[in-house]
Amino acid sequence: MTALTPVLPDAPQGGTPGKGSTTAARKSQRFSNGKRGLEPWLYLAPAFIVLIALLGYPIFQLINVSLYDYRQAQVSGKAPLNFVGLGNYQKLFADPQFWTVLGNTVVFATACVVFTLLVGSSLAVLATRLRPWVRSMLFVVSLGAWATPAVTGSAVWLFLFDPTLGLVNKTLVSIGLTQFQGYSWTYDKWSAFGLVASEVVWCSFPFVLVTVYAGIQAIPTEVIEAARIDGASMPRIARSIMLPMLRPIVIVVTIQSIIWNFKIFSQIYIMTNGGGIAGQNLVLNVYGYQQAFAASLYGLGSALGVIMTALLMVITLVYLRILKRTGEAL
Amino acid sequence: MTAVDVSLAARNNTKAAPQKLRKQGKRRFGADAAAIVIALIVAFPLFWMVLSALKPKTALDAGDAAPYTLEPSLDSFGRVLGVNNFGQYFLNSVIVALVVVVLSTVLAFLAAVALTRYNFKMRTKLLVIILVSQMVPVEALTIPLFFLLRNAGEAIPLVGLNQLGSLVLVHVGFSIPFAIWMLRGFVAAVPLEVEEAARLDGASSFRFVRSILFPLVAPGVVACSVFSFISTWNDFLFAKTFIISAQENQTLPMALLTFFKPDQNDWGAIMAGSVIMTIPVLIFFVSVQRKLVSGLAGAVKG
Repeated sequence: MTALTPVLPDAPQGGTPGKGSTTAARKSQRFSNGKRGLEPWLYLAPAFIVLIALLGYPIFQLINVSLYDYRQAQVSGKAPLNFVGLGNYQKLFADPQFWTVLGNTVVFATACVVFTLLVGSSLAVLATRLRPWVRSMLFVVSLGAWATPAVTGSAVWLFLFDPTLGLVNKTLVSIGLTQFQGYSWTYDKWSAFGLVASEVVWCSFPFVLVTVYAGIQAIPTEVIEAARIDGASMPRIARSIMLPMLRPIVIVVTIQSIIWNFKIFSQIYIMTNGGGIAGQNLVLNVYGYQQAFAASLYGLGSALGVIMTALLMVITLVYLRILKRTGEAL
Repeated sequence: MTAVDVSLAARNNTKAAPQKLRKQGKRRFGADAAAIVIALIVAFPLFWMVLSALKPKTALDAGDAAPYTLEPSLDSFGRVLGVNNFGQYFLNSVIVALVVVVLSTVLAFLAAVALTRYNFKMRTKLLVIILVSQMVPVEALTIPLFFLLRNAGEAIPLVGLNQLGSLVLVHVGFSIPFAIWMLRGFVAAVPLEVEEAARLDGASSFRFVRSILFPLVAPGVVACSVFSFISTWNDFLFAKTFIISAQENQTLPMALLTFFKPDQNDWGAIMAGSVIMTIPVLIFFVSVQRKLVSGLAGAVKG
């Protein structure tokens, strides 16, 4: 976090214009525009006006709406607004479906995070040991998966796993597993979640791969060579040398994956057709959306949004706290 | 790397050297083979998408599982573009994505300049705010934004519900925090001497930012813009929520969903539509990938 390092006063230029002292002096003068009053604010203003209007104000409104009994009648102004305080939250906490959905979200997102990180980082380690053309090939196809829009990715995976026309079932039947004749992967709750999770891992591991690979490249080769001379095996090098050195990058990648996977909406919505049979595949985001825009319970939907936001903040903070305790500065 | 291994092994223990080399070579081959298999698996869904888009409808309906087609046809593309007005939706998506990329990049670039090249009191606090605002689940904000845009539309019709402007506005807001975070690295990398030289030559601060700093960081800016582009291009939730009745203002993801019909999906059309929707992102992504990696590393290093 270079941004957080304090600005040193200009080091006096001695008679030795060595390389080290010049870079030190250069670093200390990172900001030539010491105090220029309003100027930085002029540059900041447009972005922050937009952020306040489209992030700050909506967050405030989200909390606000969650405290009201806000339905279609209130939206169209036919009924008076009714302040219910934490009523929406009480209603949710008393509803067994809410707890099921919360459980679904945690299990599904955790599985996605774990598999994304596992696949992405093992491939990153593997990538360091490949011939250049193989590595390029791996990266190009991974970028292809990464770039694939969630909507089209979901469509293709659905097609591959289509009960009657899908390639997967056809292949399974042709090798003798006849119970897969017309088998629906989205009928069972957990096989549906598994299918969505596979698509999610497929399109999100490349981010981990690219970032962790860049991190491994930044590790000085001498360190790894030294370990190899000392007889360390490849898994040992990965665990005892690369992992500790990659820690800052792993933290960022993990937090980013948690945030992305807890928020998944499109894949669930499309692949399970809005939350699965009888809502068995609902996650918090989709549940909140359905409550608000399908059932017109805007207050309840907002309460779900607030819970979701709070949950993400807590996860991030807890994670940072754990890392801080182990003596790691982000 | 192999060269280093040889010299090290030779210096270390001449007897063990040949054996070690062979082991290394074998392991390398194994890694390559594994990577090729993995790459094929990863690429397969995309391959299947393109292939199915080119297969004739009769073959798809018969459940043709062959990994090739002897009679490629553009029928599916024809169905998508002709019958379903896909061209219009494509254009809408392009317009929204391009406007978002330009606006959010310019705003984020200016903010990044303030946050990296100036030292002022609130600087660190603002950086933390930007970091936290990336964690907000934007999907949860659909409800307040829906009402906000409905009210805004009464004052400025261009950004109201059912208008492309509403999508632009929302995505500019959501793209900015991450864009600022990524652009910081690129902006900070321009040496101070350049700025001093410009000032000595009499350039104003804004002149320096516009005519010198911006061209210098432009490659990085392009790489970062891929994120704004992708999140906008892929967005399905906001398009679904805000474009309610104006079919002519719908974007690609929603248009693609209209092909999903219970029991009788036109998979050829869905795959053709998917190909049309994926190609622009793919081109953008692959062309900026090198810059992207350095940008990501920069953002991670902070």
